[in-house]
Amino acid sequence: MRRFLFPLAIFIVLVGFLAAGLRLNPREVPSPLIGKQVPNFRLAQLHAGDKFISAEDMRGKVWLLNVWASWCVSCRQEHPVLIDLNQQKKIAIVGLNYKDDRAAAMAWLTQHGGDPYLVSAVDADGRVGIDFGVYGVPETFLIDKNGVIRYKHIGPVTAEALKTKILPLAEELARG
Amino acid sequence: MVDRLSRLLAVTEKSALALRRFLIVVLLLPGLQFANAAEGMAQPVGDPVVEARVNKLAEELRCLTCMGQSIADSQSSFSNDMKREIRSMIVAGKNDKEIMDFMVQRYGDFVLYRPPVKNTTWLLWGGPFLLLILSLVFLAMKLRKRGGQVAAELTAGEHQQAIELLGKREADRP
Repeated sequence: MRRFLFPLAIFIVLVGFLAAGLRLNPREVPSPLIGKQVPNFRLAQLHAGDKFISAEDMRGKVWLLNVWASWCVSCRQEHPVLIDLNQQKKIAIVGLNYKDDRAAAMAWLTQHGGDPYLVSAVDADGRVGIDFGVYGVPETFLIDKNGVIRYKHIGPVTAEALKTKILPLAEELARG
Repeated sequence: MVDRLSRLLAVTEKSALALRRFLIVVLLLPGLQFANAAEGMAQPVGDPVVEARVNKLAEELRCLTCMGQSIADSQSSFSNDMKREIRSMIVAGKNDKEIMDFMVQRYGDFVLYRPPVKNTTWLLWGGPFLLLILSLVFLAMKLRKRGGQVAAELTAGEHQQAIELLGKREADRP
């Protein structure tokens, strides 16, 4: 009987590792940018091509940077959530329109229920996206008053993620 | 399945030939696709020295949108952006370490195919050696234990009996 105990113990440990591995989402890579200064960017605005928006413009506010594109399918899923969030006036959302076509992006906003963004920055070649470590759209960054990235949400923002993670942290940052 | 295949093969010479042609096409197809992919990968920009360096670095970086591929192997838009970025940094005179550091700063250690040896990765690097040492110790212990059990010497009578038994068995064989 005892000679079976040892292999059984090894088996149980192995199953434990595999079970933990299955729960991890391989697409969610922790960002090394958490706790670091937001990469400085200066990009043309989506709705006014002759005006610019930079990370510096948002200093003193707690804000969200949401990476989106008209070609991004899961962005459709999070769009109503962002519109709802914008109506609550709790936090400013800046869009990063990633590797998109300006006309297509503007049309997409009208088609999908409106523009939840304070302003959207046009990152046509994805160069600023690389500075943010963007590899999948949508991605959302929570940035504090001093321009430090505090949280990154990968994939569509859900009402639950806002309620349990993003908004509580944002409120805490706004107080502090 | 095998049964059906062999029946198919046996029908007529003609259909067997058709099957062979079909198999040849099926077996060659992946090769053709690969050739296409390789063609797409080339992206001639001019300087072969720069391209060689781009490729060497791209081999070391993970494509984050396609699981289990390096940036060099992948044709995804993420990988193409990365290759473009590496190319422009090489042209700007950056060395390999600067380029790798640039990627790690943005995408983390996960982007590296060869993870660095750190506090958090010692088990990853040392694990196999640890396992080897443990199994050697285990083996040594087992062998020592077995070495202690000396087989009892046979008495002359027992020896004779053994020879008889063995001889009988030999004789029993056809």
